[in-house]
Amino acid sequence: MSLRRDATRRRTIGILALLVATVVFILPFIFILFMAVKTKQEAALFLFSWPSEWHFWQNLVDVVQTRNYMLMLAYFNSIVITVGAVTLLVIFGAMVGYVLQRRPSGWNKLIYACILIGLMVPPAIVPTIWVLQAIGLFKTIHGMILIQVAYGLAFSVLLYRSFIGTIPRDLDEAAIIDGAKSWQVFFKVILPLLKPVTVTLIVVQSIAIFNDFTNPLYYLPGKENVTVQLTLFNFQSQFQSQYNLLFMNILLVTIPPLFVFIFFNRQIVAGMTSGAVKG
Amino acid sequence: MASRRPSPYPYWFVLPAAVVFVTLFLVPTIASFWFSLTRWDLFAAEFIGWDNYRQFFKEPFLIQGLTNTLIYAVVTSGAKTVLGLMLAVLLTSGIWMQGFLRSVVFFPVLVSTIGVGITFAALMHPTRGVINLGLESIGIDGPAWLSDPALALYSVAMIDIWKGVGLATLIYIAGLAAISPEYYEASRIDGATRWQQFWRVTVPLVRPATVTVVTLSLIGGLRSFDIIWATTRGGPGFASDVLASVIYKQYQAGFYGLATAGNVILFLLIAVIILPLTYWFNKREVDL
Repeated sequence: MSLRRDATRRRTIGILALLVATVVFILPFIFILFMAVKTKQEAALFLFSWPSEWHFWQNLVDVVQTRNYMLMLAYFNSIVITVGAVTLLVIFGAMVGYVLQRRPSGWNKLIYACILIGLMVPPAIVPTIWVLQAIGLFKTIHGMILIQVAYGLAFSVLLYRSFIGTIPRDLDEAAIIDGAKSWQVFFKVILPLLKPVTVTLIVVQSIAIFNDFTNPLYYLPGKENVTVQLTLFNFQSQFQSQYNLLFMNILLVTIPPLFVFIFFNRQIVAGMTSGAVKG
Repeated sequence: MASRRPSPYPYWFVLPAAVVFVTLFLVPTIASFWFSLTRWDLFAAEFIGWDNYRQFFKEPFLIQGLTNTLIYAVVTSGAKTVLGLMLAVLLTSGIWMQGFLRSVVFFPVLVSTIGVGITFAALMHPTRGVINLGLESIGIDGPAWLSDPALALYSVAMIDIWKGVGLATLIYIAGLAAISPEYYEASRIDGATRWQQFWRVTVPLVRPATVTVVTLSLIGGLRSFDIIWATTRGGPGFASDVLASVIYKQYQAGFYGLATAGNVILFLLIAVIILPLTYWFNKREVDL
């Protein structure tokens, strides 16, 4: 009796929560979709209404062709930066996490201090541009990749360090006795075992770097260096009267994270909550 | 000579990461203290003492940027903490469609901030926006969310909360899962009500998650830039300017020394707020 009442109660709360969540969290996305397929005139009204004509394909082609296929170039640049930076973050982060966890010494305090600084301190922007100019990396994709590595390292090292703690030392020692060199132990024995946390790191950092707006804005100016987030910003002024195209662009930028979310939900949750329980 | 076997965990493993981090993060951070005391055009820096800082605390719009940063960080962080805990309790209570609801609340975290900003700027349009049309239909005269100087900062904060509350919820869900059910059972046997259980069991035991949520959202709030830039660009006037947007504006105007002083102030502000907070959180933990 009481059990059944409990079940109905859960159901009622669930339906209520679903209604509120739909209005608050889902309607804005449906709004983006509707705006993206409307005609120019209809989109300018900003109404939340069913599109009278679906111009999906035409708007898609229009937005892709804008400013000499800028969006294609932007996708290319964003993918190069994301893949490059995430690859380095995995290798460098795992290497530091490995030494940090396996070899206790006075240096570790210094490394932890750097991690704390990396997590907390806002980057000093203009001095960073000054350094980038001095080493010839300002306005270059390489420079952008290294910046993303510098900013993402702290998180990456922390994530790896705690996971490496769960891998028994016997494995390293067995490999060393078999005559493996230290880099062989790491790359052939340890790194493959880190796969679960590597997947998590790849997913979480890819989304962060792909969605990054501020850093490319500062460190990667120039038409030929445009990234996906900056197209939105560039088109914002150009599409004053073409909101349908602006929202089509938002839709295109939102789709990659949606797919990642659908396929890697578990890894995202693991990455985002790491450290939350331990504090 | 006794040859000592080299450690199987050589320090050169740290080297690649250290080179990148030191060159592109530590060196600029340290250099910022010097450049904030100069008039600077990226090539020549002329030492001018504390002038940049003096200007920062004299110009009304720069002071407003500073206070706005504090308001923005406290409002967003507070709301994310409270709403995040409430949502997490709701979404672990076994309600219908729980898994789907968790995904729905979390998804905005992963979406482009600029995209969210542009979308909400349209939804919050004073006359044509969906929000005000909706309010009108139930007889409420909606405000000019983003163009009213008294309201703009809070409207942007609301968008930030909408986008970020999913992360707080997720962290709290993980924190709640770590609480042993025995505590709830014991308190129920002692006759505690649900309300008492929440305050006496859940809130104290979910503390590590609270520490993470508060720290992360405060740091994020103090550094916030892109959502503000995508919606109001600090306007109307300087009504929603924060330190990060002031830095960008000074940078664009070519005042590199002043922009860097802004950077140093932001750094000090974060340190002054976060370090004592972390210390206090850790000290309390020992008492428990």
